Amino acid sequence: MTGNAAIAEAAIRAGCQCYFGYPITPQTELTEYMAANLSRRPGCTFIQAESEIAAINMVLGASVTGARAMTSSSSPGMSLKQEGISYMAASQLPAVIVNMSRGGPGLGSIAAAQSDYFQSTRGGGHGDYRTIVLAPSSVQELADATHRAFELTEKYSIPVILLGDGMLGQMMEPVEFKHEAPAVPPVRPNGLRGAKGRPSRFIRSFTSNPAELEELNWSLYRRYQQVQENETTCENFMTDDAQLIVTAFGIAARIAKGAITNARAQGMKVGMFRPVTLWPFPKQQLKDLSQKTKYFLDFEMNMGQMIDDVKLSLEGSGDVTFYGRPGGVVPTSSEVQRVITRLYYQKGLNG
Amino acid sequence: MEKIFTRPKSLKNAVFHYCPGCGHSIIHRLICEVIDELNIQDKTIGVPPPGCSVFAYYYFDVDMIECPHGRGGAVATGIKRANPESVVFTYQGDGDLAAIGTAETLHAANRGENLTAIFINNAVYGMTGGQMAPTTMLGMKTTTSPYGRDAKFDGHPIKMSEIIGQVEGACYVERVAVNSPANIRKARKAIKKAFQNQLDGKGYSLVEILSPCPTNWKMSAIDSWNWVDEVMSKKFPLGLIKDTTGKTHAD
Repeated sequence: MTGNAAIAEAAIRAGCQCYFGYPITPQTELTEYMAANLSRRPGCTFIQAESEIAAINMVLGASVTGARAMTSSSSPGMSLKQEGISYMAASQLPAVIVNMSRGGPGLGSIAAAQSDYFQSTRGGGHGDYRTIVLAPSSVQELADATHRAFELTEKYSIPVILLGDGMLGQMMEPVEFKHEAPAVPPVRPNGLRGAKGRPSRFIRSFTSNPAELEELNWSLYRRYQQVQENETTCENFMTDDAQLIVTAFGIAARIAKGAITNARAQGMKVGMFRPVTLWPFPKQQLKDLSQKTKYFLDFEMNMGQMIDDVKLSLEGSGDVTFYGRPGGVVPTSSEVQRVITRLYYQKGLNG
Repeated sequence: MEKIFTRPKSLKNAVFHYCPGCGHSIIHRLICEVIDELNIQDKTIGVPPPGCSVFAYYYFDVDMIECPHGRGGAVATGIKRANPESVVFTYQGDGDLAAIGTAETLHAANRGENLTAIFINNAVYGMTGGQMAPTTMLGMKTTTSPYGRDAKFDGHPIKMSEIIGQVEGACYVERVAVNSPANIRKARKAIKKAFQNQLDGKGYSLVEILSPCPTNWKMSAIDSWNWVDEVMSKKFPLGLIKDTTGKTHAD
């Protein structure tokens, strides 16, 4: 199954009732899967919207009613969705938003890239907010992360971004789904469905009183702290005795694993640290690794974005080198292995 | 003594923040009268925009979601599709519906979304202080057309209702005004029909309401009411634009 189809199937099984999308390579298969499968399910809705802006605002509307709603896009389309994401962050509305990213800036390329790390992890739109960002690195993980995304967004009423890339979206791997689709899509009890038997309610993001907005900002901040405490996840790969630790996320981590396994076969003590949640970033978990070694190689398919978080987490205690391939160029694991080997010797880690 | 005129049940007991002579408060009341009459207060979801009517949720006693500028058509689509039992209306100004939200409006209509759109045309951006709107009259001075709107540079006032009337999914489009007791009564009928169409599952209904903005037009309330007749409705003629419902006015 392709990664894009796996996300769509996992979303249906997670009780996604409404999907709104707009075609853009390399995520279109996800939209197509929803058109074929979600639209025929009782009570469910699929719309091919007139734009990414319309799609995210349809998600906003569906989320208002308490329905589980989702949209997906790729980098240029994600820029258009930022308006709606900011409004949903302010209005504390759950939503799952998939970005199968591609090379940028501008129309960029349609090939896999990781150049949307900044946009994904810094809020992305205007205003003082965060979204939870999950970065799977295999088709199975895409499916699992989709389920987790729906759980997290409802638990915290914070939009969740599932950040993949064109390669993850289009590659085919076996995938096991751990959940059955609910017969009736679940509805949040606090959705707006008419003031029947209760006073009318409204959801808004605007206030003319700065003190009120400040209070909202503080309450969001406190919730973000809870997310940081409870939901930060990462993967450590062969880090126990590592003298050099590669930091990478998503598909780059998958490539790095191959390189590290080969480097290990040649006697180099190399490991990998991979954030699974990009926001919240596993700061402490990375800082702890600097007790073992100070040498880090940050590898990304961009010009260096996550490296900012790597350096902030290490708080000056690490020696961080960067290797990146932007533009949609996907390096092979042997290329990354060469970089690892060179650095290993340059830093004198070969004893 | 029998009480024959009172505040509608779905209109909250609050003092409007609108300027004297503004059409918003009249339109709010008309919508609430219709909601009461159709007995749909407990299943209505209102979608107000940014702008002067951003605080509509302080007045309408129904569930409401304030949405991004121009996106009412899309947000309402999401609400209605997720919960088709609800009655959903958008409340949109001319900048909202006819400029930034043109695409969302046109495509909600084209999909025949079963929605009611209330379109307040006052020929200016009100809340930001009277800038040129897509519906500003030729020659009209605003803060961003200080020498008067010039078709050569600014284009002509856009007739969105006529455009929406071309779209097959739109079942009912009418232009009314709230500048005289007689016109207010006609506006009420049009609003009621637009809601009734949704209850009957007919598709997208649009009621455009020419609405005075004395503050930004820099006129007295009386002059602004006259201006709707003498100037605005010459470019934006009142009356039915489209009706495929096969029904006459409900009352």
